[in-house]
Amino acid sequence: MPITDQEIKDLKETARRIRHDIIDTTVWAGGAHIGGGMSMVEILTILYFKYLKIDPTRPGWEERDRVVLSKGHGGAGYAPVLANRGYFDRAELKDFNHFMSNFGMHLDSLKVKGVDVSTGSLGHGLSMAVGLALGARLQKKEWLTYCILGDGECNEGSVWEAAMAAAHYKVTNLITFVDRNKLMIDGLTEKVMSVEPFADKWKAFGFIVKEIDGHSFRELADAIDFAQGEKTAPVVVIAHTKKGRGVDYMEDEVKWHYGSIDSELAKKAHASVDRMD
Amino acid sequence: MAKEVTGTTWTVYDANTMTQAEIYGAVLCELGDKHPNIVGLSADLAKSTKIGVFGDKFPERFFNVGIAEQNMFGVAAGLAKSGLLPFVSTMAAFTAMRGLEQVRTDICYQKLDVKMIATHGGVSFGAAGTTHHCTEDIAIMRSLANMTVIVPVDGIETACAVRACVDHPGPVYIRIGRGFEPLYYTDENYGFQIGKAVTISEGTDITLICCGVTVLQASQAAQTLKEQDGLSVRVLNMHTIKPIDEEAIMKAVLETRRIITLEDHNIFGGMGSAVADVIAKSGKGCAFEKVGIPDCYCVVGYPEDLYCHYKLDSDSIVDKVREVMGRDFEEDESWEDEV
Repeated sequence: MPITDQEIKDLKETARRIRHDIIDTTVWAGGAHIGGGMSMVEILTILYFKYLKIDPTRPGWEERDRVVLSKGHGGAGYAPVLANRGYFDRAELKDFNHFMSNFGMHLDSLKVKGVDVSTGSLGHGLSMAVGLALGARLQKKEWLTYCILGDGECNEGSVWEAAMAAAHYKVTNLITFVDRNKLMIDGLTEKVMSVEPFADKWKAFGFIVKEIDGHSFRELADAIDFAQGEKTAPVVVIAHTKKGRGVDYMEDEVKWHYGSIDSELAKKAHASVDRMD
Repeated sequence: MAKEVTGTTWTVYDANTMTQAEIYGAVLCELGDKHPNIVGLSADLAKSTKIGVFGDKFPERFFNVGIAEQNMFGVAAGLAKSGLLPFVSTMAAFTAMRGLEQVRTDICYQKLDVKMIATHGGVSFGAAGTTHHCTEDIAIMRSLANMTVIVPVDGIETACAVRACVDHPGPVYIRIGRGFEPLYYTDENYGFQIGKAVTISEGTDITLICCGVTVLQASQAAQTLKEQDGLSVRVLNMHTIKPIDEEAIMKAVLETRRIITLEDHNIFGGMGSAVADVIAKSGKGCAFEKVGIPDCYCVVGYPEDLYCHYKLDSDSIVDKVREVMGRDFEEDESWEDEV
């Protein structure tokens, strides 16, 4: 069933709330990977608030859908999504990065409720997602696995080892996203190490490619509906996004890959998010 | 080809006709019947590692991921997370080095039940040269938190270890050879237990602490030393390197005061270092020697020649024991004997 206008309206408000929480978490943490956290907010919001079969009161529920945030440095973007979905209290984010906190930059699946897989070192997530999906299929389980990659991450050879395996084993109970924000730590992906022609690479590896505006809930919904129904080959959704999305002074700015913000900058960031459509 | 398993234990007859890896493959097939959650993975070495035997029996439960070890260990982690029990096999070099980050971060960090049976450990693939040797794996694997490290003596002990690891929680690394290792054990009924050294022979003059192929050589050396020198040589099979049997080591320190460790591994970081850690922590002194690959890349040759070259054969062990027995450290004035 196509996504409704009301659903989109609600998702936008949820995404706004999450963006505010990412800004606060960045302040509490003393710094965070805020740029890439902001770019994937719509992807995570639509998954956690529309598509995922989950129960936050039972994080270990066997029948739940699994999420692998392969761009694990997005922890400060991911944890607020989980808090808003009810896995834990938002106040727990206040000790993010602090001594003995359960929350570090890269979330630990043994410490943070709702995190299915520990990630952080790039190029690991898609392999684990393929394993999860193969495991579900072998055990005749209905649950799906979703994996979110970074675009710079796709420099890692292991991503393509995993892609090859996903296509070879026709892993269609796996839906892969790439947060294509076009920036990595040292600059533009196309300057540091070009990934283009990106869609062609995925096609050559046996994937069906959907290229969309990664900030459009309608396009995300269409892509996910398509991917869920596709049973001939794995689907990758290349979600074109803006790094730092929602905070005007951060958008498309490479320096906000990781940054600290003081109360003044936080105020400006909150105001910018409030102005979002 | 490995034959079908007929019994529940392995006999010298079975083991004499099968390599370590073949026994592993057959035992895994047997375990596969009992445990429907066992799955197998290899990276284009299904035939060499013999996990392919499991793949032939349970094709839907076996994944050959091609020559892509990093992906293989990541996929294994995902399969474990989904509730399955993966057994992963490739050569030791590609487990401990090529796939190391996935082994550490995806498997050990998340305390996943993934069992890694690594073949061609040490210099057992002699003629293949350094790229296919692995004299670093024990050092690497024992530095990974949550990991259990086992180096079986022969095919029979491999069967014991593979069986035991099923119920042993967390990641397990079992290092075996290329498959032509001579047998030490005659059957499985000697009380194999993860983390417990096996006393091969009792002795009071010196202890040889061994793992893998060196156990047989040391036991032969002990016999020679008894007959020719009247020495009472204790031989321990330290099949589990982590967690190491501290009690057996301390007993050897206190009762024999001389220890030699013997392993097909670099002398740095391996079983000998693990033993040395225990001795150093205790504050009790003893004469101590580590014998292994002397921090170099191994020359090319057949394994039996390499073991002689690096003094891991029984004759060299006899010489080494005589040398260590000749030391008069207890007469040294600066030596304060606490015992």
